[in-house]
Amino acid sequence: MSTVPDDLRYSKEHEWVRLAGDTATIGITHFAQDQLGDVVFVELPKQGSTVRQYASLGVVESVKAASDVYAPLSGEVIERNVKVIESPELVNKSPYQDGWLIKVRLADKGELEKLLSPDDYRSHIGETAPSGG
Amino acid sequence: MSTATLLRTPLHDEHVALGGKMVEFAGWEMPIQYPTGIVAEHRAVRGAAGIFDLSHMGELYLRGQGAGAALDRLVSSDIAGLQVGQARYGLLCNEKGTIVDDVIVYRLEAENYLVVVNASNASKDLAHVRAHLDKGVDLEDASMETALLAVQGPRAAVIMASVTDLEIREATIEALAPFGVIGARVGGARAWIARTGYTGEDGFEVFLPWDRAVGPWSRILAAGGAMGVIPIGLGARDTLRLEARYSLYGNEIDETTDPIEAGLGWTCKLDKEFVGRDAIARAKERGPSRKIAGLVVDGGVARHGHAVMKDRQQVGTVTSGTFGPTVGKNIALAYVPTPLAKLGTDVAVRIRDRDVPARVVKTPFHKRGEAS
Repeated sequence: MSTVPDDLRYSKEHEWVRLAGDTATIGITHFAQDQLGDVVFVELPKQGSTVRQYASLGVVESVKAASDVYAPLSGEVIERNVKVIESPELVNKSPYQDGWLIKVRLADKGELEKLLSPDDYRSHIGETAPSGG
Repeated sequence: MSTATLLRTPLHDEHVALGGKMVEFAGWEMPIQYPTGIVAEHRAVRGAAGIFDLSHMGELYLRGQGAGAALDRLVSSDIAGLQVGQARYGLLCNEKGTIVDDVIVYRLEAENYLVVVNASNASKDLAHVRAHLDKGVDLEDASMETALLAVQGPRAAVIMASVTDLEIREATIEALAPFGVIGARVGGARAWIARTGYTGEDGFEVFLPWDRAVGPWSRILAAGGAMGVIPIGLGARDTLRLEARYSLYGNEIDETTDPIEAGLGWTCKLDKEFVGRDAIARAKERGPSRKIAGLVVDGGVARHGHAVMKDRQQVGTVTSGTFGPTVGKNIALAYVPTPLAKLGTDVAVRIRDRDVPARVVKTPFHKRGEAS
């Protein structure tokens, strides 16, 4: 079973992006949450602030350590996941659904080109492509 | 450091087979967690029991007629008063009255003492002990021949009783006193079992020959599985000890800290002679200018080295910090000026350029038998 959904795009820093029009939902991957271990604290940018591609957008802290989360795309933060701030373990339990971090209005669609496809991300983390879908 | 140079305990293959995430710790390759994760491991120890591999820790044996007296002069606590079958926590200090290591001394037999030391300090401690030793005391470093398992948690006694034959027929595991130690066979191997630990729960530490550790480990896991026993890595060991407010060498205590400011004055028997005694007595007389305080941090996780702030000025430093799974809060220990160590004092911890509110609270953060 692959832990890299086919309908998302990825960064080398282990963030994922789900696109709907010019809105990008951003989170961290299954691989990232597994490496971090139990997430106990999440710090996210305020609504209305802007994030820049490759710059830190916030922090995810596990029991062991704090890790920066890097913005895979630039844009204005239109929503942050209040539930994940209250219940940081959602990042572990549901990294691609309930554990999303922020929604961003895309500033530059050209930046999408720099993201990894699911297959590229799979090879980046050393996971073999799913056989038979 | 490359993993090729790291030492491995006799349970290394067991950890790998259990999915343990192996990391470097004090020159050893140790499991920081298993697939269950640190929080689940922590909860297992508070609610049922867990088994730890602590074979990286150092074991020194002192034997001979003068062994007890020699240890009484080396260790801050009352070793002369130890009966056979008793253990005591204490400190190795230097002449300046600062802390070389924290240890547990076990009086196994009349003239046979076991001193358990931190892995990171083992060679330093060996030299320190040797330098202060009288003739006629035999010192043996058995660190590489002695495996150490810990079984900790409210169900530890039931589990240990089911895998143990005690050397004294009338004795029982359940009746072993806290800090008691007794010879036994565990899962068929000769062992010393002590009712000691580092989690704030009831529990046992089991000293075994290096090449006999796998059997008892497997037996305890098999016997305890139905009762919720799981293997516990170093990650949960740290969150458990921090909730229980146990000092960690290199964090709360080291050769720049004295026992009084570290809150370990109770381990120092000042009416006897021991290395560092005079300096510690003077420190106590003066009163500490700083003290370890327990903090609850609201809105971030404090970590070792973070600054403690008061009125925008740095006044202290966090020694240990984490999310405490049982207390459900971000907790920390920190050195702060003595007046600020008062319960209820508001301070802040500087986390990533932000001053996050924190309050001085009573420790331990968690007491045995208290739910969160």
